Amino acid sequence: MRIDRGGAGFFAGAVITTLFLAVAALATVWTPYDPAAIAIVHKLQPPSALHWLGTDQLGRDELSRLMAGAKASVSVALLAVLIGAGCGVPLGLLAAARPRTVDELVMRGNDLLFAFPSLLLAILITAVLGPGARVAIVAIGVFNVPVFARVTRAAGLAIWTLDFCLAARAAGKSAALISWEHVLPNIVSVLVVQLTIQFSLAIVAEAGLSYLGLGVQPPASSWGHMLGDAQTLTALAPSLAVIPGVAIVCFVLGLNLLGGGLRARRET
Amino acid sequence: MSEEPLLRLDAVRVALGGKTLLNALSLEVRQGEIVGLVGASGSGKSLTALAIMGLLPRTAMLDGGLYWRGRPLFDRSPAALRAFRGREVGMVFQEPMTALNPLLTIGAQVGETVRLHTTATRGEAARRAAATLDRVGLGPDASWLARYPHELSGGQRQRVAIAMAITLSPALLIADEPTTALDSTTQAQVLALLKTLVRDSGMSLLLVSHDMAVMAATTTRLAVLEHGRIVEQGLTAEILQGARSPYARRLLDAARLAPRAAEARSEGGVSAPSSDAPLLEVRDVVREISLPRRSPWARPTSRRLVDAVSLTVSRGEIVGLIGESGSGKSSLLRLILALDRPQSGSVRLSGELFSSARGAHLRRLRRQIQIVFQDPYGSFDPEWTVERIVAEPLHLLDVQPTPGERRSKVSAALEAVGLSSHDARRYPHEFSGGQRQRIAIARALISEPALIVCDEAVSALDVLVRAQVLELLEELRARLAVSFLFVSHDLQVVRAIADRIYVMFGGRIVEEGDTRRVFAAPRHAFTAELIRSTLTP
Repeated sequence: MRIDRGGAGFFAGAVITTLFLAVAALATVWTPYDPAAIAIVHKLQPPSALHWLGTDQLGRDELSRLMAGAKASVSVALLAVLIGAGCGVPLGLLAAARPRTVDELVMRGNDLLFAFPSLLLAILITAVLGPGARVAIVAIGVFNVPVFARVTRAAGLAIWTLDFCLAARAAGKSAALISWEHVLPNIVSVLVVQLTIQFSLAIVAEAGLSYLGLGVQPPASSWGHMLGDAQTLTALAPSLAVIPGVAIVCFVLGLNLLGGGLRARRET
Repeated sequence: MSEEPLLRLDAVRVALGGKTLLNALSLEVRQGEIVGLVGASGSGKSLTALAIMGLLPRTAMLDGGLYWRGRPLFDRSPAALRAFRGREVGMVFQEPMTALNPLLTIGAQVGETVRLHTTATRGEAARRAAATLDRVGLGPDASWLARYPHELSGGQRQRVAIAMAITLSPALLIADEPTTALDSTTQAQVLALLKTLVRDSGMSLLLVSHDMAVMAATTTRLAVLEHGRIVEQGLTAEILQGARSPYARRLLDAARLAPRAAEARSEGGVSAPSSDAPLLEVRDVVREISLPRRSPWARPTSRRLVDAVSLTVSRGEIVGLIGESGSGKSSLLRLILALDRPQSGSVRLSGELFSSARGAHLRRLRRQIQIVFQDPYGSFDPEWTVERIVAEPLHLLDVQPTPGERRSKVSAALEAVGLSSHDARRYPHEFSGGQRQRIAIARALISEPALIVCDEAVSALDVLVRAQVLELLEELRARLAVSFLFVSHDLQVVRAIADRIYVMFGGRIVEEGDTRRVFAAPRHAFTAELIRSTLTP
């Protein structure tokens, strides 16, 4: 196999990402214990053969909660990024293909959206829909739309200047068809890199929202939630805060390594 | 001459990845001499220049001797080598767009060389930079120092690049295709500048090019390079008189092909253009763009790119359109192809209005006209196979062909341009520049158009390939009765192929007429200037 720039980082990133995704997938069918099962008698146990990562202040198995948390984080982040890409990419393609006025309209709309922090947006949506995973998905998703729109537009504009787009117009193809047949396939590698980076940002955003109680609601588990619960117990059981923290850092690091590696591969 | 030459290459061999790219290359450059290194692309010209500068890729293997004033070059330390580049040898590259840093002013870039290699202060460096810019013909005006590369034309940028190379008065200047990207009038000016610099300063010049015409105009001695070997070496005048090696003769013929083919045709009277209604009729088209306002309440301003241009192309005719960069050629082409709409005037195809056609009518008319672009790299979607690329204009047909019909049409088009039907499954990056241009022509042919517009279609090709592609166009015209509108800044090429020509200058057509008449007796001053500056070996 050819070894290229970013090879080691790409490999490590791919392994870490796959591992976390596999755990999240496993958690949908099996966890060692019920992550919501409260057993006060077993509370705050250190790691043991029965409970590999110990138990929390309500006696719930920490490993099971971590796995269930991975499921929640991954599904929220994935859906959010897909919403972002699903709306942002077509908008970006439109802005790249259409005359200046449409381009201006789309991009200024984007700026408007960009001006609101996702947290503010999340609070706003909570006020309307009530708290829950849906809020997190919509808030993070909306926040991702302008990012994808911008990246798509910038990369798409570069493709539009190439002669083969003129040749396609001389062949009578519409702007929409050219965007679909020529522009999109040529910028897909840029978008994949952006997708992994946005995915990692969405993981962090989801953790932040559920830490504040705006995301996934108890008794369902999420990493942000676990951090929030552990906050008052840091002196007593520091591992309760450390474990979800490390999980978030590792997963985000893995995704960023993967994104960086993909970018390096694209450039070679 | 008993004196040790300035630069001597003795049986130099360069290998890269196990392939020998330069073999037994021996060459001398003496004080105050202009030596030419000529060969087709891939012959190892640029590699030779890089070897002299010590800028070969790290994986390259080099042996043989390189001597500078009699002393070997390669046992120098990296620091000594860096001092050697810039101080003793200057280099000018082909592409004036990318050779300059877009973020720095001209003064900073020319001054940088001075400050890197001498102890000059900032002010002194600026003074020397200004003096050098004056020497390369940009004028004594100090305001040049504060300008940025994007404010300059291609020719001016190339002058700046030359200024950067000569500020420290190097003993040798290496110029790698310094005029290939320039218009013919600019080319003549830059070559004249190089000659003057050599004469006035006693500097030597190693000129690298594929174009025998450039060599004939500039050099005193010539080395002809084929596949990394020097096949002929001697005085330029003697090689031009009678080249001994077949390769040098081919290069010469390719550079001279132009006028000869034109005369042969006009004598033989091949396919005189018919006299019915013209295939393409452009009447008084105008294209304006509005310029950005300086302030919100400033009056909107606009610039005319195409100013009341009229031209016609008849069936079976090859019409040339000559103009330098910035003359409005490309804007006119976009109007002719109905990619932009004119503000006024009309474009008609076989009498039908094309410039304001819509929908199905537009598609039906588009079938009659296709385009071949200059850049053999940007013309194709790199993700597509040749089959898909060539078949793209079939989109214009009312009834889409079946996959079988599509394949046979693609095969036929590829065979018409001298490629094989097996090439359909390959990707564009697997082809050479000349082959890509054949693919572009195949794509243009597939909708069976009556007119093909060639936008600088051979400008990016080297002379040998250029001759082949021109022959192909002639052959297609004879066999398929296709008309061509051939757009180029290169007078020689247009002269070789066109029956009639139009000359465009500042957005207007300033001259039109039979090719032979225009060349024999140009009416407009600009045409005369163009003809004067065209080089022939």
